[in-house]
Amino acid sequence: MSEEKFDVIVVGGGLAGSTAAYILAEQGLEVLLIERGNYGGSKNMTGGRLYSHSLEKIIPNFAEEAPVERRVVKEAVTMMTENDAVTFNFRSPRLAETGSDSYVVLRGEFDRWLFDKAEEEGAIATSGIKVDELIVENKKVKGVICGGEEMLADVVILADGVNSLLAEKAGLRPRVKPSQVAVGAKEVYELPSKVIEDRFGLEENEGAAWLFAGSPTNGLVGGGFLYTNKQSISIGMVVNLERIGESDKTIEDMMNEFTKHPEVAPLIKDGKLVERSGHVVPEAGLSMVSTLYGDGFLICGDAAGFCLNIGYMVRGMDFAIASGEMAAKAVLKAREKEDFSSATLKIYKDMLDESFVMKDLSLYKKFPSFMDNPRIFNEYPEMLSNIMADMFIVNGNHGIPLRKKAMKHIKSVGLLNLVKDGLRGVKSI
Amino acid sequence: MSLSIEEKLSVNKFFVDEENAHIEIDPAYPDLKEKMKLVNACPAGLYKLNDDETLSFDYAGCLECGTCRILCLGTVVKKWEYPEDTKGVEFRYG
Ligand SMILES: Cc1cc2nc3c(=O)[nH]c(=O)nc-3n(C[C@H](O)[C@H](O)[C@H](O)COP(=O)(O)OP(=O)(O)OC[C@H]3O[C@@H](n4cnc5c(N)ncnc54)[C@H](O)[C@@H]3O)c2cc1C
Ligand code: SF4
Repeated sequence: MSEEKFDVIVVGGGLAGSTAAYILAEQGLEVLLIERGNYGGSKNMTGGRLYSHSLEKIIPNFAEEAPVERRVVKEAVTMMTENDAVTFNFRSPRLAETGSDSYVVLRGEFDRWLFDKAEEEGAIATSGIKVDELIVENKKVKGVICGGEEMLADVVILADGVNSLLAEKAGLRPRVKPSQVAVGAKEVYELPSKVIEDRFGLEENEGAAWLFAGSPTNGLVGGGFLYTNKQSISIGMVVNLERIGESDKTIEDMMNEFTKHPEVAPLIKDGKLVERSGHVVPEAGLSMVSTLYGDGFLICGDAAGFCLNIGYMVRGMDFAIASGEMAAKAVLKAREKEDFSSATLKIYKDMLDESFVMKDLSLYKKFPSFMDNPRIFNEYPEMLSNIMADMFIVNGNHGIPLRKKAMKHIKSVGLLNLVKDGLRGVKSI
Repeated sequence: MSLSIEEKLSVNKFFVDEENAHIEIDPAYPDLKEKMKLVNACPAGLYKLNDDETLSFDYAGCLECGTCRILCLGTVVKKWEYPEDTKGVEFRYG
């Protein structure tokens, strides 16, 4: 048994954990960062896009040295039915301005880079080691146990991801409920950069982000996503777990139909599958955030429930980085006071409340319940594509005024439903 | 020309722990609804319903997402741990 005591032990070498370890090591603390995968990032997956603002503050111009794939200059959102697609596109240099820019990343490489940065700053970064348990005495977290060996610290930062088995086992957090999360499946298809640039209308290093709603999820809450990497395309979908058992399709059936949809298939045509991954996404927003701190511990990133899925946008990585940063700052404050009790560590919650993390989670707190409405995934895509069909199809039958055409399709959903859902939608964002 | 889920998983890098199953299930759990959750949700398609409505399951292609744990720990899923040190899936892309 080791009697050595660290200033801080950080569990999990994802973005939240490596950020916390980086900052603490930079300040000269003795930090042990423990990752169960063989390298930082080896167990992690994401859709694809990191909003840069939170990391930019910590490592200015990080994109120049970090393994980012492409900077997003183009956004697209598509409503889909079985055979149709109605797409909304946005391209603007404003998307690429420093501080508002976002980058497509692959976590295997990106997290590894940040994990190694933490090590360069002086953190003791160990990979291939799983933390089995927390040491808790009188409700105070004192350290961790790995393979029977105890390791102690003044404070433990839990950044072990959405499943946070450690927090749950120690009774610090309840088990995640199916309604609070989605399962994500993703495939990476390799293609030459030139082909990607031509297909998506991009210049070198420019990237596209594309989300899909409607038929892909078979009427369940969720959607598809596509992000362009340098030499590959990330494509996948997320589906909420609440009603998954009632579906007549498996997530694999849905993935197959999605990737074969006439709008999607040409985008990944001739691509060589190089990876199939899966992960859980926290998506209940504010209502999922539970314990954040206590005697001798802090919880950050997905483990704390910091993630937003608002249909046209998924954000978890910028929250993970910012909450990792605030956890580190809270530890620094606690050190000044030489007090690691919950009374002092509460400052972490105060910092979060003041920051975009809690403010954005509060702003969108009604969104998850707004999305829990089958019309959004069935009737509305159908209605839109029918209106489009009437607008664009000429077949020699005499014309009907657009207003009448549109009304016919709106009536099939119910004008009242549309108004009601529209208002709820506007209020939730 | 479409790949089966098994063919898709075969491009991944796995270090399978032959000695120790990190997930254990009750394949004959009586409630079909519980079992269908797993059949539908596992992103690696590892839960398959047999003709006699029992489940077949192989932990070897597990992506360690935790979905089956969230859905069915305490019913069909009897044990769910992360694989031991260095074992399991390794995402090269992620
Ligand atoms: C399909 C999908 C699409 C998404 N799309 C986006 C997107 O486009 N943009 C965005 O911003 N966010 C997106 N997200 C959310 C984002 O990926 C997460 O919010 C983010 O990864 C959280 O980072 P984290 O560091 O908190 O957790 P994780 O990345 O999960 O890191 C946790 C780490 O802890 C380690 N660990 C766990 N338990 C132990 C243990 N016992 N011992 C040692 N180590 C342990 C793990 O191996 C892992 O490295 C998406 C998520 C999914 C699943
Ligand atoms: S953890 Fe995920 S990939 Fe592994 S068996 Fe469960 S659902 Fe399937």
